[in-house]
Amino acid sequence: MNTAFIVISLMNGISYGLLLFMLSAGLTLIFSMMGVLNFAHASFYMLGAYFAYSLMGVIGFWPALIIAPLAVGLIGALFERYSLRRVHRFGHVAELLITFGLSYLVLEVVQLLWGRAAVPYALPPALQGTLFTLYDIQFPKSRSFIMLVAVLMLVAVWLLLTRTRIGLIIQAALKNPEMVEALGHNVPRVFMFVFGGGAALAALAGAIAGNTYVTEPSMAAAVGSIIFVVVVVGGMGSLSGAFVASLLIGIVQTFAVALDISVATVLQPLGISVSPQIFGYALLSLTISQMAPILPYLFLVLILIFRPNGLLGTERG
Amino acid sequence: MLTLEGVHAYYGKSHILHGVTFDIAPGEIVALLGRNGSGRSTTAKAIMGMVKVEGALRWKQQSILYHKPYEIARMGIGYVPENREIFPNLTVHQNLLLGQKRSRSIGRWTFDDMYAMFPRLKERQHTDAGVLSGGEQQMLTLCRTLMGDPDLIIIDEPTEGLAPKIVELVGAYILRLKERGISVLLIEQKLTIAMSVSDRALVMGHGQIVFSGTPAALENAPAVRAEWLEV
Repeated sequence: MNTAFIVISLMNGISYGLLLFMLSAGLTLIFSMMGVLNFAHASFYMLGAYFAYSLMGVIGFWPALIIAPLAVGLIGALFERYSLRRVHRFGHVAELLITFGLSYLVLEVVQLLWGRAAVPYALPPALQGTLFTLYDIQFPKSRSFIMLVAVLMLVAVWLLLTRTRIGLIIQAALKNPEMVEALGHNVPRVFMFVFGGGAALAALAGAIAGNTYVTEPSMAAAVGSIIFVVVVVGGMGSLSGAFVASLLIGIVQTFAVALDISVATVLQPLGISVSPQIFGYALLSLTISQMAPILPYLFLVLILIFRPNGLLGTERG
Repeated sequence: MLTLEGVHAYYGKSHILHGVTFDIAPGEIVALLGRNGSGRSTTAKAIMGMVKVEGALRWKQQSILYHKPYEIARMGIGYVPENREIFPNLTVHQNLLLGQKRSRSIGRWTFDDMYAMFPRLKERQHTDAGVLSGGEQQMLTLCRTLMGDPDLIIIDEPTEGLAPKIVELVGAYILRLKERGISVLLIEQKLTIAMSVSDRALVMGHGQIVFSGTPAALENAPAVRAEWLEV
């Protein structure tokens, strides 16, 4: 393992982690405020990618990067206003089911409109190519763009929450929505704004990840379970927890994917050879890269056992 | 100003208020007394639109039945809840800011008024509200509601768990409100503060008003006090 590998893997990990944060930020805020675990959150991410792909052909990539998240945010806000709010009185199970239903609906609509195969959502010329090369390993511009957008988004959300009146109301409503409403603030509208904002952030992540990775109907499912891991590991409702957990999972997964080490390869220099005849060969010869996809879930289980409120979460009443 | 006529209130399927009727005039301080579970706090929540209500609820001749809590607050009714409910992760100043209904509220009360009334809050204005003492938190909730410039303020058990000196401060605060023409519905269990500051006393029992009169009349009604108030 050389320095170049570590630096590039770290940057890839941070880039992926920041992308996860863009998705989980909205999810954790929505959960904290409304108590709703929004199963359709990753669907907004997918819609962002498809909307940006379609709009790019008409108005170009850069305007599409702004319009697509706004359009998805509007859909999210309308969904909250006319669907989620109506089932609110039936309790959280009904709310959970309706977001679950929406995720299937979005998936079917996407397949109907854009087909089951991946769409050719290409990077704009400005984001094609390599930003820098370190000992023959290239770091693409598109990944650095994800990092830039995520950091700008992080700063914008932080400024909104800490420096504006609406941010103050959101922070207070995260803890005690009934009291905020009794002070004369239209909390249902704040909920709609947060839900729409969360959907827009997810869509922004989709719009920039869709052409860096791939835009296809399975893209929501691919990140859907990971962002739930991020939110639980970080601590339900904790924005800073989501940030730490996103980076942690992003970096761990990226390094793991690149490590072709197994117990068998570690034992080999010690003179112990692991042959197919040995008991447990299948397990001993499993490489870390093969286990990479299950690492976040392993982490989730460990967190739930040893720190059920997450890394930075507080106990909920 | 505020009129309740035959108000029934429910928590889910539980029927809590059974036809509550009373009114509050401008600038009047009305004490709502009763034992725990008599329906006093539910009356406050019924006025604020926080529980399911039937009957007639009017504010300045306009029905407020089925209005949302934020709409009722914007009409000029302020609510100081029983358990204070400050926002612990926000500073004292930010808590007060949240009391204002609009960003540029031009009400009867300013930050300076609040800090003059309770200098301790000024000293701690940049401190997280969560670390304030119980008395300071009570002052903060009272001031936070005032920043919304209400014409009527409903205060639920403001002296609960407070030292006698702070209770005196709360009494002085309530009289200060009256000076500025604000009506007060004071929900209390302790007779002392309620009797000393209020113009009228209502006693609740089993979700109904069982006595209505001046504090002096309540003083002279030992049977009412024994049946509905004394523990």
